[in-house]
Amino acid sequence: MEIKDQEKEVIITQEEKFDPQNFLVKHSVTLLFIIISIAAVYISKLPIFFVVNSIITRVTRNSFLVLALLIPVMSGMGLNFSITIGAMAGQFAIIIVTYLGISGIWGFILCALIALPLAIIFGFFVGALLNKTKGQEMITGLISGFFANGIYQLILIFMVGTIIPMKMNDMMMSSGVGIRNTVDMKKAGLSYALDSIHEIPLFTLVLVVSLFFIALNIYKLKSAKHESAFKTKKRYFNIVLNILVFIFGMLISYTKMLPRNIQMLENITIPTVTSLLIIALCFFNVLITKTKLGQDFRTVGQNKHIAEIAGIHVNKVRMYAIIISTVLASWGQLFFLQNMGVLNTYGSHVQIALFSIAALLIGGASASKATISQALLGVVLFHTLFLVSPMAGKNLFGDPMIGEFFRAFIAYGVIGVSLGLHAWRKTIKGQV
Amino acid sequence: MPEIIKDYTKKIGIPRMIITATFLSLFITAFFVDLPVTMLMSNIIRRFGMFGVLVLAMVPSIRCGIGPNFALPLGIVSGILGGLISIEFGLNSFFASLLIAIPIAVVVGFFYGKLLNKIKGSEMLVATYTGFSAVSFMSIMWIVLPFTHKEMVWPIGKGLRVTVSLNSTFGNVLNNFLGFNIGEVYIPTGLLLFFFGMCFLVWLFSQSKSGVAMKATGDNPKFATASGINVDNYRILGTVLSTVLGAIGILVYAQSYTFIQLYNAPLMMAFPAVAAILIGGASATKAKISHAIIGVFLFQGLLTIALPVASKLVPQGNISESLRMIVQNGIILYALTKVGGE
Repeated sequence: MEIKDQEKEVIITQEEKFDPQNFLVKHSVTLLFIIISIAAVYISKLPIFFVVNSIITRVTRNSFLVLALLIPVMSGMGLNFSITIGAMAGQFAIIIVTYLGISGIWGFILCALIALPLAIIFGFFVGALLNKTKGQEMITGLISGFFANGIYQLILIFMVGTIIPMKMNDMMMSSGVGIRNTVDMKKAGLSYALDSIHEIPLFTLVLVVSLFFIALNIYKLKSAKHESAFKTKKRYFNIVLNILVFIFGMLISYTKMLPRNIQMLENITIPTVTSLLIIALCFFNVLITKTKLGQDFRTVGQNKHIAEIAGIHVNKVRMYAIIISTVLASWGQLFFLQNMGVLNTYGSHVQIALFSIAALLIGGASASKATISQALLGVVLFHTLFLVSPMAGKNLFGDPMIGEFFRAFIAYGVIGVSLGLHAWRKTIKGQV
Repeated sequence: MPEIIKDYTKKIGIPRMIITATFLSLFITAFFVDLPVTMLMSNIIRRFGMFGVLVLAMVPSIRCGIGPNFALPLGIVSGILGGLISIEFGLNSFFASLLIAIPIAVVVGFFYGKLLNKIKGSEMLVATYTGFSAVSFMSIMWIVLPFTHKEMVWPIGKGLRVTVSLNSTFGNVLNNFLGFNIGEVYIPTGLLLFFFGMCFLVWLFSQSKSGVAMKATGDNPKFATASGINVDNYRILGTVLSTVLGAIGILVYAQSYTFIQLYNAPLMMAFPAVAAILIGGASATKAKISHAIIGVFLFQGLLTIALPVASKLVPQGNISESLRMIVQNGIILYALTKVGGE
């Protein structure tokens, strides 16, 4: 049956055509959220400069965490709700480095180095647990996040200063036991450690990226002769789109023709190193699929039994997937926190999985398929909505709380609906 | 001899033994650190009755095969809605709240059961997020719905208060009904009677024809289908019962707490209830009423004692909160590993 389905897919790709109805159905979630986001931005009446600037900050802050979710999805383990545990590893590292008093970029690198082994160990435990609960990975991941949070609190409230020796410092509570609710990373010199190295104007990057995509598509057109007509059309469309973006970027960067409120966008900068690292992670996610390990991830994701017969150690591969995801999540949390500037010791990690997963799903991903572009688009949409919904709620209903509850509802709802649909498809497949 | 011990550990389960041992040792410690043990016992009994029905709500859901009802917040918000409506119309009685809440819960449970029939095999995860979404959706509703009773709405601005006091309405009605003291230990007779009454009703139902059929559905859906039982219908019935018990449970909880908590309060309430029945010895596929009774006693007893004992031993911070998280989620994880997977 498996093979038949694949054959069907091949036939479909050969006959692929731009079918508006099919397109709408396939991308309904994303399109819906694009409409909601644009409407919410409009209703909120916030200045466009502020909106774009805040979204850029949030996107660079959160993308790494969302991209950390992709490999477990590929390996058929669903959405990794246990990235919370990776985030804890990152936070332990920050506390240690703050304690040692190493600041700036070296402090940040040390954070990443300390977080690495911690995240590997945590990932190992989570992986072992998930291998015992195959078919229920996501709920296990969610609950193990809650469980780990209990242990995390136990360590940081009671063990620090009693069992774990620590000299008295400003991070600790006045009694000398336990870490305070907030750890100021500005004082420790870790805030903006990565973001402040170098910044470039946003539209310079836009120009570079659009040029890159134009070149890439032209190269693909030249090199791959026997692509379907549909794909060729898609590439032409892509080139035209990127040329438009390029022209817009040029207009903003080098002329003064546009209206003033749009012209102001020229001044927005983005942190170079952070963005480069996010791009590097995108490449990593692509490149890993070309390796043996990446192929194993795919095979295991498609069918565990076939993978087992083919001689792949399924449990080991799943373990690697979770460990990589946990390590990436711990680094992602470092990115996130160095931008926030404050470590909220008992709160920063709690909502991480919820927000990252909701963002990924809004981008159009599902629990069995997620791509880089879905992740990035999802982050932009989710954080647009997150940013403007309190103001939109206030303007629409006269109460900002409605907007706040609305965004929580969106986050939970999109996960619920998406997972429900995923499970529904699985049952239908099982019945056939 | 070791054989017998092995049999017993298998029967009782290691986690339950650890928790019982911790509970007993904490209780003994409480004596030694001069805590008012009588007050602790009153508290344990009160919390036992307070959480009992919420835990009991897990029994029909596990029996009918949908697993522990992580979507308990659906029942909870139905119950809260019933309570609020009864106060709004000045009915002010516990049983009027129940009468309003139960039909709401039946409708909600019915549609939720239909949903669950479409997603067999992933109930727990979808249930969790259905519960979360329901709570955040109702948070919007608590602001928008046209309630006017002055004890419920904010004096200035829109929407309901975060907590609605029940002191002037049905707060403590069950707790005070025929309540008496044994020494210094207060026995809330009405509360306990109500809880055991509910247990009796659930037991009665499980002896009926539908109850037996529902259990067959949960034990082995294929066998049930073969014997002519409509599996989907019984799963819906179990979900409805569980949701209704959730609605009743939150009203019992609220009258004992003397507050109805709105907005984000019900968000995490399913987890302690699930943990309690698992501690009582249930698994994700098998549950008895006795599991609910034992579980809620052990879990709530442990939590009640842990706070004062821990704060005597370790004066800093709230260790019992971390302990609750570890015990509660640890036991759920343990149960998940026993589900077995594919």
